[in-house]
Amino acid sequence: MPSTVTRLPEHQLDALARAYGEAVSQKRRQLLIGLALFVAATIVAGIVAEVRPATFVANIWRFTDYIGRIFTLDNGPNTGRPVFTDIAEWMWGLDKWLKLMWETLLIAYVGTLLGGIGAFAFCFLSARNLAPTRWAGIAAKRYLEFCRTVPEIVFALIFVVAFGLGPVPGVLAIAIHTFGALGKQFAEVAENIDMKPVDGLTATGATWVETMRFAVVPQVLSNFVSYALLRFEINVRGAAVMGFVGAGGIGQDLVEAIRKFYYADVSAILVLIILTVMAIDLGTERLRHRFLSMSTRS
Amino acid sequence: MSAGAMHPIRAQALADRVALEARHPDIFRPSPWARARALLVVGGLAALLVYGLWVLEFSPLKMIVGLGRLGEFMVHMIPPSTGTWAKFWIYLHALAETVAIAFLGVFTAAAIALPLGFLAAKNVVPNAVIHFLSRRMLDTVRGVDELIWALIWVSVVGLGPFAGVLALVCANVGAFGKLFSEAIEAADRKAVEGVASTGGAKLHAVRFGLLPQVLPVMAAQVLYYFESNTRSATIIGIVGAGGIGLHLAEQIRVLEYQHVSALILMILVTVALIDMVSTRLRFALIGDRGAR
Repeated sequence: MPSTVTRLPEHQLDALARAYGEAVSQKRRQLLIGLALFVAATIVAGIVAEVRPATFVANIWRFTDYIGRIFTLDNGPNTGRPVFTDIAEWMWGLDKWLKLMWETLLIAYVGTLLGGIGAFAFCFLSARNLAPTRWAGIAAKRYLEFCRTVPEIVFALIFVVAFGLGPVPGVLAIAIHTFGALGKQFAEVAENIDMKPVDGLTATGATWVETMRFAVVPQVLSNFVSYALLRFEINVRGAAVMGFVGAGGIGQDLVEAIRKFYYADVSAILVLIILTVMAIDLGTERLRHRFLSMSTRS
Repeated sequence: MSAGAMHPIRAQALADRVALEARHPDIFRPSPWARARALLVVGGLAALLVYGLWVLEFSPLKMIVGLGRLGEFMVHMIPPSTGTWAKFWIYLHALAETVAIAFLGVFTAAAIALPLGFLAAKNVVPNAVIHFLSRRMLDTVRGVDELIWALIWVSVVGLGPFAGVLALVCANVGAFGKLFSEAIEAADRKAVEGVASTGGAKLHAVRFGLLPQVLPVMAAQVLYYFESNTRSATIIGIVGAGGIGLHLAEQIRVLEYQHVSALILMILVTVALIDMVSTRLRFALIGDRGAR
């Protein structure tokens, strides 16, 4: 289909062009001001954080050197060769490390489950559409916020003093953080449900607990499981460093290896952690997709 | 609701229960198979929990003693106080350091991750080998926690906040690379094809077709991470990488609980402030989508 574009008369075109130019230059000005502010903030931050590019450049070889050294055997007959040439020597502590890794996974599991159960019970209180009273909702929300804003390592530090060294403070720290994080996500899911079944059950005279059980839970369960699995994956990473403050798991051995310069051990433990995290990552992703497709089908 | 105030519909339904059960057998009697499976899953989870509690040396006595001591700490924590003003200024400086670490860590990482994100996006670099390698590399970087990065960088550039910045950069590059590549893969192809159809080169298509679409999304993600990184930056001080974490760990060790609660309070206020600012900026950048 042939078409012609009619050109506007000059005086109209002029005004439009001027308006366009003004809009563009205003946008540019905004961008420049934003950029200037950003650069200023970066410089201030750089000064406060004692960024020393010269030190960095002068020491960057140490980093590559470090990476090289942790992948070099420092014990046994093959000392000085890359770790992959003598896997048995590299993974000399495999039994001990696997045991610690299993402990790490259990810390993450128990922490996620305990925190998840708490969040499950709590989210119905804090969801805006379900809260029995407005005050209960607000109080529950603030409490959840506190639990997830304080980093879990800080909880772990305090709990280590209270409960003593070992995995117990690690589990509790992860459980509290999980409680805060999942409580918020669960409440958001619960706020987006279809309210008709709730109204229906309320109309039959069901109690609050019965309403939650039969009208809300069936709608939200698959999403809850999906979020809990995602949180479990995050918690495995978290549990791996709990040992840094003496709260159990593989972190204890890792921090010791780094501090005492057992180079090959550092890489061995790091590889174990990364492989475990990846495996958990893949496993939970599969499970999550199954649960989410279940929820879209029904 | 008491039984006396039972709603007539409910009373009617209860009286008619037998007939109702006959009419809807699947609702009243879910298949035994599904029931058995649900029981099995719940039973397995519970068994693993009990086993875990046993392996991790949980005991009622330990819990009671620990909770008692924790209660004692709580009492000592009130009211939060830093003792002297001099201490307060030291903490405030450490807090500024923390925010600076988070700021630099996030934005440097974003600058590094931008090209990596394009490299790892299937629709920009349609090479399966490059795609696989870059994704796995980002996964590996992401698999190492920021505390571990902090320990490594401390042994490279020495104690201090600079090590913290580098640690956060490393941890963030992995996360951003993945998020950015996903954002790019989700972008609309039409704009890219439009630029290509007018004779634009591949880089033109990326610059004028792709970047305007994904930049606001990326900026929102970066701002979101700024808040969570402030939280991370508070803890890397525990391993000597600068910021307020150093003071926090120290005060917990010397049992100065009023200082501890004051420090936690300062962190909470800072995180809340940054959350507010970044939510606003996100909102300004991409409207409603960025508010969540």
